[in-house]
Amino acid sequence: MGKKSEEKLIVSGKRIDGRKPEELREIKMKLGVVSRANGSAMVSFGKTTAIAAVHGPRELFPRFLQESGAGILRVRYNMAPFSVTDRKSPAPDRRSVELSKVIRLALEPVVFLEDFPKVTIDVFVEIIQADGSTRVAAINAASLALAAAGVPMKSLVTACSVGKIDGTLIVDLCGKEDNNSECDMAVAYLPIKDKISLLQMDGQLTEQEIKKLLEFARENCKKIYELQKKTLKEQYKRE
Amino acid sequence: MEGKYALELIEKGKRIDGRKFGEFRPIQLNVGVIQTAEGSAWVKFGETEVIAGVKMGIGEPFSDTPNEGVLMVGAEFTPLASPDFEAGPPGENAVELARVVDRGIRESNAIDLEKLVITAGEKVWLVFIDIHIINHQGNLLDAAALASVAALLNTKMPKRKDDEILRGEVDKDLPVKFKPITITIGKVNDNYIIDPNFEEEAILDARLSIAVRDDDKVCALQKQGIKELSFEEVEEFVKSAMKKSKELRKLLE
Amino acid sequence: MTETKEIILPGELIGERNGRKVGKGTFFEGEKVFAKVIGIPYITENEIFVVPLSGVYLPNIGDRIVGVIEETQISGWLVNINSPYAAFLPLAEAVDEFVDTTRTDISRFFDKDDVIFCKISKVTKGKTIQVTMRDYGSKKLYGGIIIKIIPSKIPRIIGKGGSMIQLIKDKTKCDIYTGQNGVVWIRGDNKAKAIEAILTIERESHIVGLTEKIEKMLSEGNGQKI
Repeated sequence: MGKKSEEKLIVSGKRIDGRKPEELREIKMKLGVVSRANGSAMVSFGKTTAIAAVHGPRELFPRFLQESGAGILRVRYNMAPFSVTDRKSPAPDRRSVELSKVIRLALEPVVFLEDFPKVTIDVFVEIIQADGSTRVAAINAASLALAAAGVPMKSLVTACSVGKIDGTLIVDLCGKEDNNSECDMAVAYLPIKDKISLLQMDGQLTEQEIKKLLEFARENCKKIYELQKKTLKEQYKRE
Repeated sequence: MEGKYALELIEKGKRIDGRKFGEFRPIQLNVGVIQTAEGSAWVKFGETEVIAGVKMGIGEPFSDTPNEGVLMVGAEFTPLASPDFEAGPPGENAVELARVVDRGIRESNAIDLEKLVITAGEKVWLVFIDIHIINHQGNLLDAAALASVAALLNTKMPKRKDDEILRGEVDKDLPVKFKPITITIGKVNDNYIIDPNFEEEAILDARLSIAVRDDDKVCALQKQGIKELSFEEVEEFVKSAMKKSKELRKLLE
Repeated sequence: MTETKEIILPGELIGERNGRKVGKGTFFEGEKVFAKVIGIPYITENEIFVVPLSGVYLPNIGDRIVGVIEETQISGWLVNINSPYAAFLPLAEAVDEFVDTTRTDISRFFDKDDVIFCKISKVTKGKTIQVTMRDYGSKKLYGGIIIKIIPSKIPRIIGKGGSMIQLIKDKTKCDIYTGQNGVVWIRGDNKAKAIEAILTIERESHIVGLTEKIEKMLSEGNGQKI
């Protein structure tokens, strides 16, 4: 993630978009955006917007993909061509392939796949606008969509991005910060169990810095989790 | 079936091949094995066999780094290496491996990319690292990462006349500043193992791969596997990786 | 029976087991029982369970369902039961008379797209499903149309002691069969009204005061929207 510009990214304690280092962007969460899906959600962090839809549990073809005794989870992460400043070709690129895998593994620990032998739960995430931290928005959206679809889970999954810029720890990196930080880390967190289901970092960190960043991520995931809970509970209000 | 046996043994504190939990398999490393490449390395971790070849070219820099050479890492899970590798474009595991090896090298600034500029913004040296898996017996990532760095250290830049590369004529060594090492630690319940082999990989709950630089800076982290990790486990694994990376780095001297 | 007003989310704690049965929609760790799905938690004397607010139909033995014949095979039929799992209706479970399968085309009994009201008779661990027509009330349903709703809402459509579904039947004069698999079969001139009522119940099942709203809706003249 080495610095690519000489621009100072934190000036008088403020980031390039005016935020404090520990400030998240405005987060919006909405359910039911894809009515044809079993469950769906839209999550945005500032400009970064992800739409996740769950189709399933449904029958799995071809049969050789069926694993004995448990269903499978399939995830497709994709960026729309217009989601980035320089148009991105619609063909799946290596980054999307890796992120699809990594997001699947962030969700798999919590899904009760053993309740659905021979069946697939398909999660599709489209990034329709990208301004940094897209995999994090994707995971938060996918987790809401799975819950809305009635897929049995051990816990919701919450994700956030943290990093270091000009020596300062920051949360929720925007696009410019993503490209110019000394390090950025994506964490997917299982709130009630207090465990990590996704961890990716690149940059240059000491052991102590890793510890600090992880703690910072944990705090922020807890904040985002509260918002996920609120979104789900409000959808199904009893009054 | 062997996966189940590996699990039983690990629960008893043993491993299928008799190793201790913190022990690597016997590692072999040879450099300069491919004459047609500018640099190459052949690595074995037990029966896992990987070849990394470095080819250099000339081209345009990336638009956001006009003053740097270009690094690209690719990995091929060749169908001969394992019954479950299929011919065709790289699948998600091959893509992931290439990208994690790339990040370990790129984030650590192992290659002095600024020294690879010919004309700023227009013409730079391109460094292609291609990883070819020859036999999959587990822990491809650590073997591939080691082979890649060894191949870089072995790379001699070709002579250049304007835009043409004079293949066969060697100029100087590729400027390599650091030797990042990737260590993958696997978890099975409360047991943690280094360098999991094929049978062990199948029963792991989760894995964490840690890329460590010569000065103990951590340059990349990648968690894999279908179960979760605790914060304490992550911190412990990072500590262990820092220790173990020194063992592997010795092989590069 | 304690019914809480709060919706529960996957992973949230419902209560302690205290010797109770750990029912549908929950999982346990030691003495603690957690929700698996988003829904309404219930704690009774004997059981802790969650009624899900969404989710596909997973068959249980004894469920009475509305199915649609998908394919005629040699000694039975494949039945669509609105689940990720298909079900099989064996010839012997559907027809009383002796049938020589080498001479008879059994599609004369049930053919593709026929609607049946039947019972889930077998569910294996690997989720192979079998249905039977050998059940009181099982029959082929002629004419009419089917709609699909979230399976866990069916009890609300039926109502206490069948009161809600009876109300709808009386007011709309329609024939209605509700399957535990979320499939509802309706026949009658006023089916639009019945469908509207059913979809309203599905949408607002967790909201207090629903019964009165439905009564009002059905009592108003035809074509009146609320």
